[in-house]
Amino acid sequence: MPANADILPTLQAQFPQASVRPSADHPALDVPASDLLALMRTLRDTHGYDLLTDVTAVDWGAQRAGRGTGASGSVALSAANAESAAQPRFTAVYHLYSTTAHDYLRVAVACTGDDDAPSVPSVTSLWAAADWHERETYDMFGIRFEGHPDLRRILMWEGYPYYPLRKEFPLAGIETEWPDADVAAETRISVKPAPMAGGPFVASSGTMNLSEAEPRAKDESWNEVSEKPQSPA
Amino acid sequence: MVTPNSELAYNSKIEGEVVVTRADAVINWIRSNSVWPMPMGLACCGIELMGVGGSRFDIARFGSEVMRFSPRQSDCMIVAGTVTYKMASVVRRIYDQMASPKWVIAMGACASSGGMYRSYATLQGVDRILPVDVYVSGCPPRPEALLDALMTLQNKIRKEPATRNLLRAQ
Repeated sequence: MPANADILPTLQAQFPQASVRPSADHPALDVPASDLLALMRTLRDTHGYDLLTDVTAVDWGAQRAGRGTGASGSVALSAANAESAAQPRFTAVYHLYSTTAHDYLRVAVACTGDDDAPSVPSVTSLWAAADWHERETYDMFGIRFEGHPDLRRILMWEGYPYYPLRKEFPLAGIETEWPDADVAAETRISVKPAPMAGGPFVASSGTMNLSEAEPRAKDESWNEVSEKPQSPA
Repeated sequence: MVTPNSELAYNSKIEGEVVVTRADAVINWIRSNSVWPMPMGLACCGIELMGVGGSRFDIARFGSEVMRFSPRQSDCMIVAGTVTYKMASVVRRIYDQMASPKWVIAMGACASSGGMYRSYATLQGVDRILPVDVYVSGCPPRPEALLDALMTLQNKIRKEPATRNLLRAQ
């Protein structure tokens, strides 16, 4: 039994706005963005969660973004819109660890702001480790961390116009300008979508034969040379 | 009486102090046996590249005596690893800083074709920005494969019209 198994009732007594989040492994909380910093400070200073192990995000896509299916009636649509207002498209997720109690805790925050420019408060003032984690989350999802001292892209280059882990972004990428103008002028090249012949390269899970499990195209019936066979429609 | 020629080396008493050969042969002999690599170790292939430089595989035996970490002092860029779009401009600039003549070895699947990284972030083959001389397959290639690539490159260098290129460059 973890040392702080009763952390959730304690926290809920202190933060009635927070709610228990369904979780398969560790205790988890949903908290409004306005209460994030206060909750995180309490977790760090009172409950011993001194290590921020990860910051990431969830893009719920059209599931919550109110970009309705169109098939539902007007009443259902308005209900969906009301729900999407309550549940924004992006959720930021923080994983905390206590090095004294040896226990994990997950905190999820629904992002505020527009679906295209979501934002949450930065926790860099509490954990220095949040700096690069938040930069990566900003880079991949476009979530602005308000109060971050240096919110630049960290994986893609400055000026890249997309956020690659958003649901609408294709794995192959979208053609854009080369990051550096001088090299682009010399090589006359742009950033091109990767060839997706046969679908993405993915590893097969569940098989122990390593030569079969290694990453390969799922559909090997077509490639760059031979066309994709038309499905008998 | 016919005596077998026991001379194994140049004998100045017989041939004087002149050696006759072709400029291409001399230039290519020098170049091909002193290919100093510019190690562009970008990913796991870089570890194999270090193995090639170490004492077991010892790329110095083939004249690639030292890895030069300065592009000004190197002849052959070995692109070892995944080239992301963010890094690609750096690779190109370092190649531009190398003095001619210069060659490029694309080591491994990623540098040759993007490898398994068919994604938005990865350059699909370094030959989109550099003139590659030798491609090495493997993920990562064994050190012997890189040594073979170097020997292939040496053979290529030995066939180059070095003098004509020099005159044309002037």
